[in-house]
This record gives sequence, structure tokens and C-alpha cells, in this order.
Amino acid sequence: MKTIITVLVLAVLFTACQNSGKKTEKSSGEKVSLTAAGATFPLPYYNLVFKNYTESKGTLVTYGGIGSGGGIRSLTDKVVDFGATDAYLEDKQLAEMPAPVVHIPTCLGAVVIAYNLTGVDELKLSNELLEKIFLGEITKWNDAQIAANNAGVTLPAKDILFVHRSDGSGTTHIFSDYMTKISTKWAEKVGTGKSLNWPVGMGAKGNPGVVGTISQTEGAIGYVGSEFAFSQKIQMAKVQNSKGEYVLPTIASVSAAAKGNIPDDTRIMLTNSSDPDSYPISGFTWIILYKEQSYNGRSLAQAEETVKLLDWLVSAEAQAEAANVNYAPLTEDAAAKAKAILRSITYDGKAILN
Amino acid sequence: MNSDKITKIVLFSVSFIILIIAGGMVFSLVGGAIPSFKTFGLGFITSSQWDPTEGKENYGALPFIAGTLITSFAALIISFPLSFATSLFLGEYFRNTRVAKVLGTMVDLLAGIPSIVYGLWGFYVLRPFLIDIGFENQGFGVFTSSLVLSIMIIPYATSLSNEIISMVPNDLKEAAYSLGSTRYEVIRHVTIPAARSGIFAGYILAFGRALGETMAVTMLIGNANRIPDGLFSTGNTMASVIANQFGEADGLKLSALISIGLLLFVITGIVNGIGKLIIKKMS
Repeated sequence: MKTIITVLVLAVLFTACQNSGKKTEKSSGEKVSLTAAGATFPLPYYNLVFKNYTESKGTLVTYGGIGSGGGIRSLTDKVVDFGATDAYLEDKQLAEMPAPVVHIPTCLGAVVIAYNLTGVDELKLSNELLEKIFLGEITKWNDAQIAANNAGVTLPAKDILFVHRSDGSGTTHIFSDYMTKISTKWAEKVGTGKSLNWPVGMGAKGNPGVVGTISQTEGAIGYVGSEFAFSQKIQMAKVQNSKGEYVLPTIASVSAAAKGNIPDDTRIMLTNSSDPDSYPISGFTWIILYKEQSYNGRSLAQAEETVKLLDWLVSAEAQAEAANVNYAPLTEDAAAKAKAILRSITYDGKAILN
Repeated sequence: MNSDKITKIVLFSVSFIILIIAGGMVFSLVGGAIPSFKTFGLGFITSSQWDPTEGKENYGALPFIAGTLITSFAALIISFPLSFATSLFLGEYFRNTRVAKVLGTMVDLLAGIPSIVYGLWGFYVLRPFLIDIGFENQGFGVFTSSLVLSIMIIPYATSLSNEIISMVPNDLKEAAYSLGSTRYEVIRHVTIPAARSGIFAGYILAFGRALGETMAVTMLIGNANRIPDGLFSTGNTMASVIANQFGEADGLKLSALISIGLLLFVITGIVNGIGKLIIKKMS
């Protein structure tokens, strides 16, 4: 018995020594690990690609899904290497940051309009119908205005139950940004935000809560983040884009929203895009980081690894993974702009990538 | 130091820690609530606006106070016949029988079920059932939440009143029987009057539990920030608005949510105070 204990103690001591040996190797600058935090919307995508990156390149990347607001706060407090957000920083917010910040778009997502009507396989919703349904002006599915837009579809005499998010969310932000663009009435009465003063309907928590409620309730309609909706069996409406086309949300139609004029700093809401193939309730998600990477005593190696990771993230190799987890990849134009921004990032005034 | 002194010191310091924790909670709640009360004043309690949109932020807690009180009262009313009959069954009619033991265990078990499980049952079983029998259109709202709440609070109301009812002295009851009272008359005129303060305390406890219940209600009430205009209307409660919205909240909104927490604390305190007062008067 005694020998067994001695052996065990020795084994534990031995492994402990080995571990500490490894640690010193890391801190000597051979390998750096990166920490990031922010939006939950791109979390599945980041988890996948960062894991791949760690496996192939050896750099450990940790991402915490704490919400866009938390991502911005963490970057302000300089406790992460980069943050992530679904809503870009407004000029005022940028000015409040301790140092200049750049935005790197990483992929696109969308907000789908999901509904539950047995036997209704295709539902076309014009801008006017969206406005009236979500403001509570149309309350029955067999309303003449819905029927006029959906010839050949038999709509039941059911009440419309609008299901929205009960918690604050970037999904709500994109949805309300789109509604504000297509409806002046909505802009006046409700506006844009992560949580809103809803005129009608009921709230459910998170994308799973909204989808659960819709699929349990005949006659329900609501909005859901595409990253979640695409993995569920749920009916999705065709939404009218700014060119008048009715478009179903797909990876391709979401990606198409980024065609056209993207500003050089990529800070743009892509909702109601002018591309005829685009699904109109789409948007970028961004990673944010400081333009000057020498702060808080960060080493050059740390800065280099950060920028290299992001450069890889917008490369074709990483973007090809996006569709596997139901995100739309960046267009070539957007990826090129992201690469250009990454090349403007400096360490002690010198560009890190060239 | 003798053991007596040590015991004294340990007991003192432990109860002091509890006092500090409770005091600290009140302190941080009040501190967090100050900005919203400064901005909205007493209007925070009387306003029914809840607008988190940037630029026109305006918070009022009335819809949540109303939702909390309405669901809790309704739950208390629905649960009363069930729990009162059960406590009589357990404490008087079938006291110490095998049936009572099984039933008593089942009631205690109800208290042990996590509230999220009640929520799931309400969402997937009770709600579709209410729609199927044509009772409700979409099944979310005050009525469904109160129904689930009423089942949740049964053990709290039952166990205390059952305990008190079974403690009514046998001498009293036997005296009544010897005067020719029927069993019903004994319960009506002896047991209940003798046990009423304990029974009442049980219902206060149950009401307090209903006030603070979060998860099951959040899943069923519909989370619509308005004052319920009927039993079948959707609404929201104080606990569930906090649970739903604290994640992305900051600034004034966070302060408004903390204020709601403070109000819930105060309301629970008032309910308990009234309860104690009535119990004092009764006994």
C-alpha cells in the first residue's frame, strides 16, 4: 500500500514539474495566446475557425461570447486582444474610445422572418405588409391585404401572433434597423435598438425561445437570427428587397447584400441593400481592435499574432468554413477592404503586415 | 476560553455575517436604483412606459408591478381550494394513515421540482391543452402563468397549515364531539378557528413565493411590457423582466432594472409585514 502511495505522489510531482516546464517555454515568447470577447451571434463560426487555427498554427485563441456591448467594453478596458460586435461603433462611440479603433468585417448573417401556418409553403411579404403586421395594423392571417400579395395561397382565419425577443439582442438591432429603413411609421413609433418598446406581440428569450414559441403556435410570426434559423426546420417568408424582388434568405442571397458600395472603413448597415439578388435583412459582424497595437506593454509578437489571425480569418480558407455553420462569407470586395484595413495597423508606428 | 464562550462568539459572528449580507444587498440595491429614481422620480412606479430605445429612454415599472401582483393573487385564489382541502385531508381527516403519508410526500415533492420544469410542463403540455379545449387563443398570458404558479405554491400553503391543523389539541375536539358535534362542525368551529393564524401564515408564505417566481412565469406570461387588461391577456412580471433584460442592459436601463429589484424586495417585505400583523391580531 505504502509503495503505491509513494509511486502516486512521485507521479503527481513529476507531471507537475513537466507542466511548469511547458509554461516557462510559452512565456519566453515562443508562443503567444490570444484572448477575445464579444458578440454571441458569430460565436459558432468563431469557435470553429479559431479551433482550426489553433490546430494548424499552434496559437491558442480564446473567444468569449459575452454580447456586443461586453466586447466593446472589454476592448475599452484593454483586457482583450480584440473585441467583436454586431453593431459598428458610431462616430461618437469611436471618439470615446481611448485610442483609434478599426473594424474588420468577418462574415455576414441575416434575420429571417419565420412563421407557422400549416399548408402555407410560400409566404411573400412586401415592405408594407411587414410594417402593418409588426405594428399590429393587420391582425388576421386571412386579411385581404396579405391575400392580395399571395395569390393562390389559402390563408387561415387565425390571429397573427408576433413573437419578438424579450432579451436585448443584436438580432433585434438588425431587424429594427431594417424596419426603420422601410417604414417611416415604424421609425417614428418604435425606432432602432437592441431592445424596443414593442407595439404588439409577446416576447421569448433568445433565438431558441422565439423559434420554440413559433413552432408551438399556429399563426405565429417572428424574427430569428439566420445562424439559428438555418439549422431548424421552420417556415421562412420571402421578403421584398429594395429592387422589389421577393427573396428567400439563403447563404447566397445574404452574401449578395454586401455587393455594392462598401465604405473603406466597412462601417455600414447592409439592410435594404440595393443588389437585386440580396436578402434585405442582412448585416456584417465585425471584429474591433486598436489601430496602434503597442499599448499596455504588449509585445510585438502578440501584436503580430493578432493581425495574422485576423488576416487569415478574412482569407478564402477561413471564409470557406462560414457556410458550414450557416453564415454567409464575405464578398471579395469586402474581404479586400478588410485586408487593406489590417495593413494599416501599426506597432510603434510601423505597419505590422506588408 | 470555555466552550460556552466559544459557542457564543461563533453564533454571534455567524448571525452578524447574515445581517451584513442582507444589509449589503439592500445597500447595493438602493445605490443602483438611485439614478433611475433621480431621473423619473415617483413616476417610475406610476408610469406604464417601458421604452429602451436609445434617445427616448423612458422607464416605468407599473406594468411589471401589476403583472406580478395579478398573477400572484390569481395563483393564490386558484390554489386555495386545492391546498386547503389537502391540508385538512392530511392534518385532520386522514391523519397518520398510509394514504396521508403518500399524499404528504407527493405534496412535498412538488416543492422540490425546479421551476424550469414547471415552465416546460406549462409550455409543452398545459398551454397546448388550453388551446385545444378552446379556453385560450394562443395560451400565453396571465391565466396560464397563474395556473402553473398555483400548483407551484401548493406545498408551501399546504405543509404549514397541515402542521398547524394537526397540532390543534385533541381535548378541544373531543370536547366538541362529546357535545354531539359532527365531524364537519368540529372542523368548522374548532379546528379552523384554533389554527387560523398558522393557516394564514402558510398562505402568506405561498404568496411571497409566487411574487418572486421567475423562470416558469417568464416562459408562459408572454413578456409583453403592458398592464394586463384581463385574465387572458399577456403581460410581464418584475422578476421576469429582470431575468430577460439584464444581459445587455447598461446605464439608465440597468438602474431601472435594479430599481425593479428593489421594489420587488419592498413589496415582499410589505406582504410579510402585513402577514405578521394579521397573525398577531388573530392569535
